[in-house]
Amino acid sequence: MYRIVKKESLNPTVTLMEVEAPLIAKKAEPGQFIILRVDSNGERIPLTIADFNRATGTVTIIYQIVGATTQALDHLKEGENIQDFAGPLGRPTETEDFKKVAVVGGGVGCAIAYPVAKKLYEQGCEVHSITGFRNKELVILEEEFKKVSNKLVLMTDDGSYGTKGLVTDALKTLIESGEKYDAVITIGPLIMMKFVCALTKEYQIKTLASMNPIMIDGTGMCGGCRLSVGGKTKFACVDGPDFDGHEIDFDEALTRSSIYKPFERRAHEEVCHLYEMEVK
Amino acid sequence: MVINMDVLKRIPVKEQDPKVRARNFEEVCLGYDKEEAMEEASRCLKCKNAKCITGCPVSIDIPGFIKAVEAGDIEEAYQVISKYSALPAVCGRVCPQETQCEQRCIRAIKGESVSIGKLERFVADWARVNDVKPEAAKEKKSQKVAVIGSGPAGLTCAGDLAKMGYDVTIFEALHEPGGVLVYGIPEFRLPKDTVVKSEIENVKALGVKIETNVVIGKSTTIDELMEEEGFEAVFVGSGAGLPKFMGIPGENANGVFSANEYLTRSNLMKAFDENYDTPIAAGQKVAVVGGGNVAMDAARTALRLGAQVYIVYRRSEEELPARVEEVHHAKEEGVILKLLTNPTEILVDDNGWVKGMKCIEMELGEADASGRRRPVEKPDSEFELEVDTVIMSLGTSPNPLISSTTTGLDINKYRCIIANEENGQTTKEGVFAGGDAVTGAATVILAMGAGKAAAKGIDEYLQNK
Ligand SMILES: Cc1cc2nc3c(=O)[nH]c(=O)nc-3n(C[C@H](O)[C@H](O)[C@H](O)COP(=O)(O)OP(=O)(O)OC[C@H]3O[C@@H](n4cnc5c(N)ncnc54)[C@H](O)[C@@H]3O)c2cc1C
Ligand SMILES: Cc1cc2nc3c(=O)[nH]c(=O)nc-3n(C[C@H](O)[C@H](O)[C@H](O)COP(=O)(O)OP(=O)(O)OC[C@H]3O[C@@H](n4cnc5c(N)ncnc54)[C@H](O)[C@@H]3O)c2cc1C
Ligand code: SF4
Ligand code: FES
Repeated sequence: MYRIVKKESLNPTVTLMEVEAPLIAKKAEPGQFIILRVDSNGERIPLTIADFNRATGTVTIIYQIVGATTQALDHLKEGENIQDFAGPLGRPTETEDFKKVAVVGGGVGCAIAYPVAKKLYEQGCEVHSITGFRNKELVILEEEFKKVSNKLVLMTDDGSYGTKGLVTDALKTLIESGEKYDAVITIGPLIMMKFVCALTKEYQIKTLASMNPIMIDGTGMCGGCRLSVGGKTKFACVDGPDFDGHEIDFDEALTRSSIYKPFERRAHEEVCHLYEMEVK
Repeated sequence: MVINMDVLKRIPVKEQDPKVRARNFEEVCLGYDKEEAMEEASRCLKCKNAKCITGCPVSIDIPGFIKAVEAGDIEEAYQVISKYSALPAVCGRVCPQETQCEQRCIRAIKGESVSIGKLERFVADWARVNDVKPEAAKEKKSQKVAVIGSGPAGLTCAGDLAKMGYDVTIFEALHEPGGVLVYGIPEFRLPKDTVVKSEIENVKALGVKIETNVVIGKSTTIDELMEEEGFEAVFVGSGAGLPKFMGIPGENANGVFSANEYLTRSNLMKAFDENYDTPIAAGQKVAVVGGGNVAMDAARTALRLGAQVYIVYRRSEEELPARVEEVHHAKEEGVILKLLTNPTEILVDDNGWVKGMKCIEMELGEADASGRRRPVEKPDSEFELEVDTVIMSLGTSPNPLISSTTTGLDINKYRCIIANEENGQTTKEGVFAGGDAVTGAATVILAMGAGKAAAKGIDEYLQNK
């Protein structure tokens, strides 16, 4: 059992939790994730380690409420326990060798991008962060990003906060204005990452995309998380989750992410209206 | 009650009706009752030089326990078996007895062999119902041993070491201990809540601690366990859980699964049960590619989830590596065997879902090095099989997570850990290994045998340390 020591709502659909998991906190590196199970009838879901504190032995997760499991998780209160919490899984994000990087996050993907930006910044790398949200209501981690970025561009689809437009617009503007990046690291919805990668390919900038396929075990034993990268089959949970964005077959990944849509049984009746209203 | 008295024939065992069981997840074989077991036990000749024992990988005193069954002293029979095996209720159900103990039984020369597996199962089930437990160690030692993986190899090694008095902790990556026994072999062959859980409880009752959700190689490493956590020896029983794919076009389409994924969803996550959250894309027309136990289990699971199921296998029925009993059960339940057939491509519809599978017919050619006749393609014999789901069951190999994070632990070209067969010693001092992690996918009883041998090896190592 893993105790929730802090719970905080970041926006109407995104929650932060700090969980007691000393073994994981001791080892975690940015880019890695955990797999949790809320209760004994629950499903295993992957969530990125958004932050960790080796001294207090806690791990922070930030999740968006999209279906039955994230909803069940959100019903737990501070002081209550999560049944299973395994990790750290996956490979850490490759952050060495970079002097100047653009970190591009979309929606809840910003939670995953944040620890990466932080690590890069602490290593002395120049970090330009671009974060994108649908609207002002959904903005998360603005202060946190400011602290670890030499430049922060905040975008909203509807212009209700920051600059109006998509993250790709902001990235393109920066590149065209003469910024030279060693790498772009992008984390967010598949469709966003697909377009970020298409853009950086034009300019031949090395790009890492953090993939989020459906996972079960997260240890490499089922292949449910497989992707095509450079024509080869890779298991995101052990070979990734980061891959060379110019090699990923995004269309296949988009198709595969919908496999269980027709089968999400408990989700159907219970899916909260938040999802319908705020996320869609 | 008069039961079948033809001594050449075994006492038949009750089974669920094929039509009924093809739609439920309850156990197929119902097992003997005490009367039937005693009757079957009386068929055993109690040979002095019992051949059956030589066919058992852990050398259970078979005539010894059968004698106790015949006399009606089931508790005694259980204590005899417990000396050799930690998981009798499991082995009685899933061992391929037809190629082990029962194949060598003297009765098999003329007539049917003694039903050793069903008797072992009866004894273990009786012990569970009557709450008879194996005995724990009287004296404790202070030395700590870590066991990685809680499959049959790890459980056996841990149980044996605990009986010798060592302080043993098992580290398991998943949230539930048992290895293939919980995530692979389905409920209808091996009930989880009764049989598997209680055998694991027995191992815990010996004093073994089990820590779940610990992925060695990620959460912590073998080097750290030995250098920082004070473990003086380690046993690696991490199995061979990495699935293979064929590399044919269309394999990443929606509706193509590894047998591991399909079975893990159904068994470990209980996707077949409405009360659990994990979904499963069961399929209406399913092709399972492969012919081993895993393929049979995946096929019979799909059938129970309501599908029409084909097994697609490139050799003939004779070469099917699955247990005869399971092939027989699968056929009875309505699984269709498409033998001498090999897939060449998975056909995908506009939405990215499987709509069929292109196959080619095969014929058996010359025998290869292993003595099996090699399948060769029949020219111009391609055809399409209309299916919406494909389950790849082509075998598995050991996961490199452990070998790649442990200094000095060598593997061979099949990625299996190199270990001495006699005592499990690997190329790294103090680290022992056994089971599928060493042999590649094999059997429960071989994994147990390896766990046992390694426990002895570890004991010798620690005593001389
Ligand atoms: C390595 C990795 C790291 C992740 N990190 C985070 C994170 O830090 N924060 C966060 O909010 N989410 C993260 N995700 C996504 C998260 O796992 C899913 O949102 C979650 O599994 C949905 O579970 P659910 O039961 O609530 O929803 P479900 O009922 O399972 O699904 C609801 C909707 O989400 C879609 N969905 C299901 N699984 C995934 C998935 N793995 N990725 C994307 N969409 C999915 C479904 O198709 C459906 O439309 C991560 C995924 C991976 C693979
Ligand atoms: C579907 C199926 C049906 C089968 N049917 C039969 C049958 O009828 N008869 C028969 O004799 N055999 C059968 N087998 C084979 C048999 O189950 C295996 O040979 C046996 O389970 C091997 O035991 P093991 O202990 O070596 O490994 P496993 O049972 O695979 O256990 C390994 C354990 O280690 C854990 N692990 C792996 N990596 C790590 C890590 N890094 N850190 C921590 N833990 C880790 C795994 O999660 C797992 O729990 C079947 C196998 C399958 C898949
Ligand atoms: S070989 Fe057969 S008859 Fe002889 S002891 Fe073994 S089980 Fe009994
Ligand atoms: S989630 Fe099973 S192999 Fe990656």
